[in-house]
Amino acid sequence: MTLFTRASLFAVLAGALTLAALAASPAFAQNAPSATSAQDRGDSAGGATRLTPPTSGEQVYKQVCQACHMVDARGGSGAATIPALASNPRFGSDAYVVTMIVKGRGAMPGFTDLLPPAQIANVATYIRTHFGNAYPKPVTEGDVLQIEGVKPAAH
Amino acid sequence: MDTGTPRTTRRQLLTAIGMMGGSAALYQAMTTMGHAAETQFHGSPQLTGARKGATVIVLGAGLSGMLAAYELTKAGYSVRILEYQARAGGRNWSLYGGDTYTELGGATQKVGFAEGNYMNPGPWRIPHHHRTLLHYCKQFGVQLEPFIQFNHAAYVHSTDAFGSQPKRYREVAADFEGNVAELLGKAIDQKALDSDVTAEDKEKLKEALRGWGMLDKDMKYKTGLISSEHRGYERPPGGGVDGAPIPSNVFDFHDVLASQVWKNMSFFMNHEMQTTMFQPVGGMGMIGKAFARQVQPMITHNAKVTKLFQDKSGVTISYTDTVTGAATQAKADFCVCTIPLGVLNQIENNLQPAKQAAVAAVPYSNSVKIGLEMRRRFWEEDDFIYGGHSFTSQDISLVSYPNNHLFTDGPAVLIGAFASGLGAYRLAGMTPEQRIETALQQGSVFHPADYRKNFMDGASVAWSRVPWTLGCCARWNEDTRKEHYQTLVAVDDRVVLAGEHASYVGCWMEGALLSSIDAITRLHKRALEA
Repeated sequence: MTLFTRASLFAVLAGALTLAALAASPAFAQNAPSATSAQDRGDSAGGATRLTPPTSGEQVYKQVCQACHMVDARGGSGAATIPALASNPRFGSDAYVVTMIVKGRGAMPGFTDLLPPAQIANVATYIRTHFGNAYPKPVTEGDVLQIEGVKPAAH
Repeated sequence: MDTGTPRTTRRQLLTAIGMMGGSAALYQAMTTMGHAAETQFHGSPQLTGARKGATVIVLGAGLSGMLAAYELTKAGYSVRILEYQARAGGRNWSLYGGDTYTELGGATQKVGFAEGNYMNPGPWRIPHHHRTLLHYCKQFGVQLEPFIQFNHAAYVHSTDAFGSQPKRYREVAADFEGNVAELLGKAIDQKALDSDVTAEDKEKLKEALRGWGMLDKDMKYKTGLISSEHRGYERPPGGGVDGAPIPSNVFDFHDVLASQVWKNMSFFMNHEMQTTMFQPVGGMGMIGKAFARQVQPMITHNAKVTKLFQDKSGVTISYTDTVTGAATQAKADFCVCTIPLGVLNQIENNLQPAKQAAVAAVPYSNSVKIGLEMRRRFWEEDDFIYGGHSFTSQDISLVSYPNNHLFTDGPAVLIGAFASGLGAYRLAGMTPEQRIETALQQGSVFHPADYRKNFMDGASVAWSRVPWTLGCCARWNEDTRKEHYQTLVAVDDRVVLAGEHASYVGCWMEGALLSSIDAITRLHKRALEA
């Protein structure tokens, strides 16, 4: 019996091609994680979304943050809790808000894949000046770039 | 492939290897022989000989938790399951007419689908190589039917191509392959590949390109009967006087590239997306129900775990009854915890600090699914689409057509969105009514005359607002895998974690089951060593 069959050769070749595809795909990734991304395996729609990203702080809040923290920024509670952003005394620290958006916590991912530094700054400012928070000092793109691991947006 | 060796000989050899070297050796041998490379499943775990009176508490009645309970009971343990929901099954779930679902934030949907119709908010398709899941489906009597994964007649739509008009997948894919074949042929003729390919192989490659890419004798991809064999006809072949086919016009290559059809094409090549795929008859939730039938007496529902504490004497779980508000404690010798990491991260515990760090390190993904019930199957009756997916560059990502009850009259449910990333965040942030409206508006691009007109009822699940997961699935990356994965899956004295998050088949039911088998096998070993 030949152990190293033609079929197993093909399997090796196919594996090499798949790895090449895995390595190549993130560079082409648009807003939606690609099904072939090494980071985000699992089921996905299998298409290529082309969405206009949000820019202002309000747009980012409504199109991203609101998905979990709710329209009134009060979060929600079930088996565990999505924290309220409304009237949150921790937001006196702009670094706290920015770090949370950049790094995430627990189930919440960091958002540097989705949002460039300017948009992170915009939404941090928006949250700190809405929903019963009154911390008027704007968060700048420069503040966001201070956080370890944040890269300037590619232009 | 058939190597000509008699099957009995091969089986006898494998049996001998299995007996001598155990399942790992058997798996290694089978892989070398070209078998079994598709799965790490080696059969149900066959655990036996639990110490008399030994107890296990399982947290979570999803697939991993219920499988752990089932197999540990067979091994001789006395098992209890605590489940937050009133329903067993976890993310294995179908929504039927009459069901009510309340998401975080309080929005409640009453599903109005006709009897027998459903949507699967979570898992909805099963790869043919997810052998663990298929094994237990068969064992627990879950009837499976084909899931129509790949449909050449469905549409591809991009706002960046063809003036935003949808085109049939077969047309765009054929044109992509045809153009690539022609260009590669040119490269060969221009001697651009002379250093890579021998003269003999150049001829073979050109022949392959001509046949694969539907090129003419001059190695051109162009409008004609040859290209129409792949992309379809303007007038298809028929009978009698007008039987002769008329070819269809190939598209401008610029549009073909702009459509990014290659993403759809390569998607279908992914191991997990390859045909054949399956779905349970009657909804994905049938699997959870079948598992629950095996372990239902062990389950305490409406139990919100508030504390996980272990010491030399055992494991103590504090939980609150979400209906009565009563706080209770449950004790056991060991614990299999299948609670999603984002939830577990908020539960007070005395797990090892490194384990706590691993639990905290993995964020969750955020998909959104929307089911739309339509009065009639206009996609079948008017567009000849039977199952499969139409892809779009809009938030909804796709429209997916039902795989069952084809050619029937009466209402049917299609999937009107399977969004991820930004599209899913946008849809999740909306009210359920706004989501349906957006899905109708975006999905109308494929069926403008019929989509809205036939709409009857809709339901949506935004996984970032699911009260018992706070997300869809664990999102590992190479860095977190390296730093935390082994710590996460290691037995921590009396506690072991299981679920899709404790696997490399993340976000699939198969991962939950493989993780469960591995976790209880190691926990059982530790229990016998104690």
